Amino acid sequence: MSSRPTTLARDGARRLAPPRRLLLSDRTRRVQRLVGALGHGVLLVITSSSALAVLFIFYFIARDAVPFFQLRGFAEFFAGSAWYPAANPPQFGAYPIFIGSLLVTLGAAALAVPLGVAAAVCLSDILPFGVRQYVKPVIEVLAAIPSVAYGFFALVVLAPLLQSGHGRTLLAAAWWCVAGPGAALLVVLLSDLAAERPVRVLAMLGTVLGGLMVLTLLGTWLASVGTLLVILAWVAGLPLTGWATARVGAHVGGPSVPERRRGLVRLAGLVLLGGTAAAIVWGVGSRLGGLPIDTGTNALNVALILGLMALPTVISVSEDALQAVGRELREGAYALGATRSEMLIGVVIPAAGSGICAAVILGLMRAVGETMVVWMASGNAPQVPQPWYNLLAPVRTLTATIAGEMGEADHVTGSARYHVLFAMALVLLTISFACNFLSEWIVRAAAHRRRGR
Amino acid sequence: MRGMRSWVCGLATAIVLAGGAAAQETADKAKIEIDGSTTVGPIAKAFAQEYMATHPGVNVTVGESGSGNGAKSLINGTCAIATMSRFMKDAEFKAAVEKGVFPVAHPVALDGLAIVVHPSNPITGITIDQVRDIYTGKLTNWKELGGPDAKIVKISRDTNSGTYESFDHFVMQGQKIAADAEYVGSNGAIKQRVQSTPAAIGFIGLGFVGRGVKALPVNGVQPTNATVQSGLYPIARPLYFFTNGYPAMGTHLHQLCTLYLTPKGQEIIESIGFVPVTHYPPAGGDADRAEDAEPAPAKPAAPPAPPAVDKPKG
Repeated sequence: MSSRPTTLARDGARRLAPPRRLLLSDRTRRVQRLVGALGHGVLLVITSSSALAVLFIFYFIARDAVPFFQLRGFAEFFAGSAWYPAANPPQFGAYPIFIGSLLVTLGAAALAVPLGVAAAVCLSDILPFGVRQYVKPVIEVLAAIPSVAYGFFALVVLAPLLQSGHGRTLLAAAWWCVAGPGAALLVVLLSDLAAERPVRVLAMLGTVLGGLMVLTLLGTWLASVGTLLVILAWVAGLPLTGWATARVGAHVGGPSVPERRRGLVRLAGLVLLGGTAAAIVWGVGSRLGGLPIDTGTNALNVALILGLMALPTVISVSEDALQAVGRELREGAYALGATRSEMLIGVVIPAAGSGICAAVILGLMRAVGETMVVWMASGNAPQVPQPWYNLLAPVRTLTATIAGEMGEADHVTGSARYHVLFAMALVLLTISFACNFLSEWIVRAAAHRRRGR
Repeated sequence: MRGMRSWVCGLATAIVLAGGAAAQETADKAKIEIDGSTTVGPIAKAFAQEYMATHPGVNVTVGESGSGNGAKSLINGTCAIATMSRFMKDAEFKAAVEKGVFPVAHPVALDGLAIVVHPSNPITGITIDQVRDIYTGKLTNWKELGGPDAKIVKISRDTNSGTYESFDHFVMQGQKIAADAEYVGSNGAIKQRVQSTPAAIGFIGLGFVGRGVKALPVNGVQPTNATVQSGLYPIARPLYFFTNGYPAMGTHLHQLCTLYLTPKGQEIIESIGFVPVTHYPPAGGDADRAEDAEPAPAKPAAPPAPPAVDKPKG
């Protein structure tokens, strides 16, 4: 008690003192400004050197890649399908290797995108906060596992499993688990919709079927030109079909069914659509269950593992994007009478769309650039699978080729064989730069649009 | 926690410092770096171990980065011995001489390339022509060779390896391997793939044949030490140590490079599954490798060898 006044007095004194000490002599101020400038300079050098490093990497890779094109031209590398770098004379057709990389990445996307986005939605909006606190770090641990460990798992556990009879069972089981509930959900939704406006549903189904038909025809026609075009057509065509279907659903009205007949129409829709869906699911399932799997080190194996490796990125970044949507939009949606699923599908996911896109691109870049898993478990056969979507064939990717061929291909021993690897690296680098810019652009464009409205 | 971390850090620093000091100490005595083939790697490692045990103070490091990398290291002067499972190529020789390096080959051991299949495969023998037809894609089903109806899964070493070059030279003879053949990065990986894939065929060094894969007789000759040494087995190759010039007599490098000529060296080579090039020593302690073996077909040209040795490895 007795010390209080003294403390106060001392505090008072301290409060009074600083203004005098703040006055700096000219010399001190000059020194401080100099030190400050020096600090800025050092930081600038450090920052710009990391940016310069990227340019240097580009330059040095390009410097060693250009001689290859000077020696062998472009046609063989991009369109040739014979990859025999060690033969005499050597052949450097990297086309099957591009296809291999593309196929593996698409396979990984097919696993990682739906699963990752669903998991992110679940984490951000459905699971209780306490659970999320535990689940998210565990998912992020997936990213910390070294890729050689994944590769070992793929080679020693997954490959023998796939090529034994269990592989087929596993495939069929996975199909039933995913397609069964998915088809059921779709059928219920569509028959509900049909109960109100049957013409709209028919138009949507027609658009989907028409789109698929056009894609199949286009695919068979393009197959004579090149597998790459077929894959690109499908990759671009499927989202287009989805978009067209959504537009048709939004614009085609048709007469609405009278209240008393709705039950009947719904029942008819359930029976018809359900029957068709069941037939398709069962047909594909039994087809998968009967597929012969010759070798377990194939594109499917690697796609599964790469999908798993891309998951933490996709989940983490999409979850952040979903969180960034904010409370107001969600509460607004609820206030307008939306259910939770309507709020999620109609408001939150579209609002976070750009972030989710960026997440997907980042995740897939991880898959494109992954080397060890691919080198260990893809089979490394430089072939274009027949047909192109045959994930059960062994394939070879760009990264694995660079890693595998580097040892023998020295500038001491062979020139084209050495430079071709740099040409591949340049292609990889260009792809990943393009993807990076694309994701940046998507995010920025979305932010711009949001601000504009 | 923090206390423990700093303690660990301190310990690590101490170890690094001590290690550095030790390296510096032995650098005065001798430090020999070996790099190259993964096939010759086990020999180099065993030799290094033996030599370091008998000559404390000599530090021998062994890297396994492939024959091509070994040659590269020798040419660039970053290793004293390049281990290679093939002979040096023209271009490598040329590059070496241009850099003032004169490669000298020491054939330390012989190695047969065994054609291996899954143990459940009923095939009992194969010819080189058949192996070539399989790898070129002319034969695609085991049915065509009298086996079960299953698509042949062809496994090859990566084109980066000496093993591949030997196979290319002895078996493919200028023809190209079909595009659907799978490539893996090591002998161990081939073995792993073959023993887990019933329809697979692969080729590995004799030293890596073991339980889990079946080595097929090629052109009627079982791959064994005796058939490889006599030259009867058609897919056999010498394994090399390459040095820059012949090592000065009496140096550590010289003794290490000639270890293969001593009885101890031959014993080591045999114990890890390769075949010594020099006088074939009477077999001892070979019983563990002679299990579940069939006697090799007797050939008149084969040199008289002790019966225990005439058996193939299991």
